Amino acid sequence: MSLMEKVNGKALSLGVPLSVHLDITYRCNERCEHCYLEHSGENELSSSEIRAFLKQFADAGALFLTVSGGEPLLRRDCFEVIEFARELNFNVKLKTNAVLIRETQARRLREAGVEQVQVSIYSHKPEVHDAITKLPGSLSRSLEGIRLMRAAGLKVTLANVLMKSNARDFAGVQALADRTGSQYTLDPTITPMLNGDTAILALNLPPEELRAVFRDERLVGRVDEFCAPPAPIDDSIREGLPCSAGHTSCYVSPWGEVYPCVQFPLLCGNLREKPFSEIWSRSERLREVRAIRAKHLSTCSSCSHLGSCTRCPGLAFMEGDMRGPSSADCEKSFLRTGIVTAGMLAGSTALPFAPHHGELVQINLPGA
Amino acid sequence: MKNCYIARSRSVAARQLGEEMVIMSAQDSTLFNLNPVATLIWLGADGHTPLETIVQQRICSTFEVDLEEALQDAQQFVSELAAHGVLLLGEAPISDANAEMAKLP
Repeated sequence: MSLMEKVNGKALSLGVPLSVHLDITYRCNERCEHCYLEHSGENELSSSEIRAFLKQFADAGALFLTVSGGEPLLRRDCFEVIEFARELNFNVKLKTNAVLIRETQARRLREAGVEQVQVSIYSHKPEVHDAITKLPGSLSRSLEGIRLMRAAGLKVTLANVLMKSNARDFAGVQALADRTGSQYTLDPTITPMLNGDTAILALNLPPEELRAVFRDERLVGRVDEFCAPPAPIDDSIREGLPCSAGHTSCYVSPWGEVYPCVQFPLLCGNLREKPFSEIWSRSERLREVRAIRAKHLSTCSSCSHLGSCTRCPGLAFMEGDMRGPSSADCEKSFLRTGIVTAGMLAGSTALPFAPHHGELVQINLPGA
Repeated sequence: MKNCYIARSRSVAARQLGEEMVIMSAQDSTLFNLNPVATLIWLGADGHTPLETIVQQRICSTFEVDLEEALQDAQQFVSELAAHGVLLLGEAPISDANAEMAKLP
């Protein structure tokens, strides 16, 4: 067991929200075609509200804070928020498109003690990246921001969302990561908009291409391990938690709404109405989320992928049942291993493409 | 290590989980989980109280342990954390200004 797993286990046993993801605005200077947010800036939390809520998160035991958006740097008080979070001894991770980062901003983030900055980069080709962000010149500006942050001593991760329009550019983004001394992370899943609109799912990689991604060692490491059939299921898996959402982590919107996760739009309370500790400990919805063990999942509990699937309860919730399968994850498990999931057999998830067999051979059994 | 003073570095993130302190260094992303005894030393690391006093007041008064033995262990512990930039060590009291300077590269 790693130290991080041990700390998570301790937080779970104590009921501590170890990680909080705070979006300080939904406003953005980019309009990425796959974004799940609407970019309204109305009624955002004020600086003093954010400071008060950060104090509440710290008092509840939260250590890891992700500051994100929208584009968080569009808020004039973004640096004050981060600096105050550091005064409260948070480990701060910032998600930004880096378009607004200049030398002064990079240095200020470093001096504040931001642990890591994540920047979404879609392609090494300006025409592809800028077409996705709909902001001309954005790749060039983001890369300059990354360069300045690296020069200031910040750790930077390039987050590469893969979709139809940039499917073949991951090697170029990896090369950018290498060249700038950044980490690289891949995300091949487009999620529905938080308002339930699923139109953007059409941007997802076609199954054949996702299958190829899962068999590319530059992306997944050891393909034989990544695509291995699921291991046998035991009681520890059946008694396991679907994920940390609502257990040791939560999401807070720019309006103070508390959710189990940014990808799990089950409203559990609003910080403008109740203190965080009260929402965290007394929300009936959070209790419902916390009561779910793998063995309680309506279809997935009988699935051979139960122990290895990346099933997202938030995506399942958006499909209508937080205890049900998430079709995106059924698809991933199938494309990874070639083994059909229980969700597919139950018909709740369509097969991503028709399975095919080789040439049929008739076998004549003796005595038949 | 006579007249040893210790101060918590401001470059770390830290939170107490039960009786244990979880610390993450922003410098190298190393995660530390201090046991209850180490946590007491960490909490006493204000830059102004000598290590010997911290050990006497916080450790020896709580646990049945000899001061000399506890101090020896504490000195080894603070040296290890100082090597990771998590604690600042000094032979004189450490001011806030010094702790602030320590977070810069």
